[in-house]
This record gives sequence, structure tokens and C-alpha cells, in this order.
Amino acid sequence: MEEIEKAVSEFIVENFLFGDEDGVPEPEESFLEMRLIDSTGVLELVLFLETNYEIKIADAELTPENLDSLRKIAAFVTKKCA
Amino acid sequence: MRFLRDVLNIDVAAEAERICNTIRKQISENLKRRGAVVGLSGGIDSSTVGALCVKALGPKRVRGLLMHERDSSADTRLLSSVLVKSLGIQAQSEEITGILEGFRCYERRDEAIRSVVPEFAPGWKSKIVLPLVEDNAAYNIYSVVVESPTGEQKKVRLSAEAYLGIVAATNFKQRTRKTLEYYWADRLNFAVAGTPNRLEYDQGFFVKLGDGAADVKPIAHLYKTQVYAIAKHLGVPAEICNRPPTTDTYTLAQGQDEFYFSLPYDRMDLCLWAKNHDVPPTDVAKEIGLTTVQVERVYMDIDRKRSTTEYLHAPPLLVEEVFA
Repeated sequence: MEEIEKAVSEFIVENFLFGDEDGVPEPEESFLEMRLIDSTGVLELVLFLETNYEIKIADAELTPENLDSLRKIAAFVTKKCA
Repeated sequence: MRFLRDVLNIDVAAEAERICNTIRKQISENLKRRGAVVGLSGGIDSSTVGALCVKALGPKRVRGLLMHERDSSADTRLLSSVLVKSLGIQAQSEEITGILEGFRCYERRDEAIRSVVPEFAPGWKSKIVLPLVEDNAAYNIYSVVVESPTGEQKKVRLSAEAYLGIVAATNFKQRTRKTLEYYWADRLNFAVAGTPNRLEYDQGFFVKLGDGAADVKPIAHLYKTQVYAIAKHLGVPAEICNRPPTTDTYTLAQGQDEFYFSLPYDRMDLCLWAKNHDVPPTDVAKEIGLTTVQVERVYMDIDRKRSTTEYLHAPPLLVEEVFA
């Protein structure tokens, strides 16, 4: 779980924050509330998760319950990989 | 006080008069131009702006532009000609397919589609769509809908790269049209009249330096429902007033609600008005036949679109002010 959170956090810093680590969200902080990721950002995040963890994310799984914080993503990816 | 859908009712005659006075003042006094150029698509917004400009300036001071291309629907071609006749204005027909081919607009768009639908081939049609609010989708994720020549349809979620590729390519259409509008404006010493309504202007439903560019925007303060009311008052032909809003940008028929807004325009108008006037979602839901959760989602989507499209309204950002 922690490794996934770290990897996604690095992806966010690199892609959405131009390397600025000060803007990294807390593990349970909502991306939507922070206005961190727009719909194009969600698609980029999905591609990152699908490529990195060799999973396929269905349309129905594109929900804030699965993707709206580092912790939720880690739990979702862990479940998908199980 | 109960929220009712008649909040959008206006005195159309008085409002048309107010807009016409403003157009006259802006074009002659502020912009020092001799008339207005309007790109006419046969849709309700451009038809209304055309009619307002004619009422404000007279038919000789309004030049219509018909800028069709390969993907324009037959309706668009027919209705824009009907409007030109009814307004009694001079119009220029500028077929833009060749220009768009020069930009490789169609080729670039189709390459982007093929990256997610490899079988997409010449003769196939396409459009991109958003989930509607009834679909209860949390994110505005675009899909592409393709149709083979035999009529089989397929819907595939877009990758970020494909989505950006399709939008970037199709934006050539709006930017090409605007280039021609400014050509004619320069040529005639006219101003360019833009055609966004309030929904489009507020929610960023326009292409920067494309249909977003203009010298005056006479209906940007009007909800789409009010644009229809003013159009009827001005005598815009019934076939235009009765046509559902379309983007006329993709090869498959596409409503504006599936491309950008999560609701049909009449309900979207009411949600936007209600949000602007702090009406609780529960009151709106009752009046327009949605659930409270759905209205809350529309409110959130309005905020999200305002925030993500802020840059479309912004002028180029400077390091420091140049004019004190």
C-alpha cells in the first residue's frame, strides 16, 4: 500500500506539480477538493496505473471512491492486483 | 420563495432594444467601425446575433459569413441560407474544407481516434461524448462514439492523448472560421460580433482564439432559454427556433448536452440561474425533475468548469504591467 501511495505521489509531483513537492496531498486528502486533477488529469492517472500495475480499469471503476486520494488509489490498486 | 422555471422570463422587446442600443454604441463609438461581421451557422445563437445586429445597424451594415466544411450537416447549409434571406443581408460563402485539409485537421483527428479504435477508417463517422448527469458519473470523462458504414456503433473511453488530439484537431475549425471573420472585418472596416450565450460564456464552452474571439458579444449575458425567446420576438425563422442545439463539429450528430453540458440546455439554464442566486439544490430538484444529489452534482460541475476554463477567458499573462 505504502509503495503505491509513494509511486502515485511521485507521479503527481512530476506531472501535475512541475516537481514542486510542497503541493503533495496528504494520504487522505481529496484531489477533487484540492482541485488537483481535472478530467484530463484523471485520464493521465488511469494510464499511469494501468501501465505501472498491469491492470485494466473499467469505466464503472472511475469513481472518487477509487481514485480521489492517495490512500483510496492504493487500496483500489491493491484490490485489483490481488 | 419557491423556485419556479419562469425565473428566466424576460421582457423580450425591452431587452432586444437595450442590446441594440448597446451594439450601436459599441460599434460606432467604442470600436469606431462601420458595421458587424457575423459567422452564421444556422443555429439559434448566431441567428439571434445576426438579427440583433440587423435591427441595431440596418441590413447594409451587417455581413453574414457561411463557412461550411466537409462535416457540416445539410441542415446547417440550408438554415444559414434561410436566415440570410430572412435578414435581407449580404453574405459571403467561404467553404473551409480545403483550408482544414491544409492544416491536416481531419487526418490528425482520425489518427487520434484510431489510437483508441484501430479499425476506424475512411467512411466511418464519429463524435465525442460526456456522461449525462442521469448517468451518475463522478468524473467528466470523454468517450468517442464511432459508427461504421454499415451503421454499427461502438463507444470507447478516450485516453488523455487521444482526447487532446481530437480536440486540438477539431479546434482548427473554429479558429479557421474566426480568421475568415477577421479577414472580412478588416476588409470592410467592420467589427466581429461573437455569438456565445451565457451558458457557453460562463462554462467556457468555446475555443480560445476561435469562437471565443470577438469584438462584441451581444448575447453573452443571456441564458439560452432567453436567446430562444428573443429570437422568436425578432422573427428568426421557425425552423431555426425549433432546431435542437448541436455542435456541428463532428461527423455523427451531436447535441451540446452530450458534448459539454451534463443536461439539456433548458434544465442547465435553470441550474445555472439557481446556483447564481443561491437556490438550495432541493428546491431546484423538485422543479426540474432531478434528484437533489443530481443537482448537487450539476452545481459542483458548474464550479469545476468555471475553474478549469478560467484560462480561456484570460488575456496573455505578463511578468509586469505594461500600461500604468
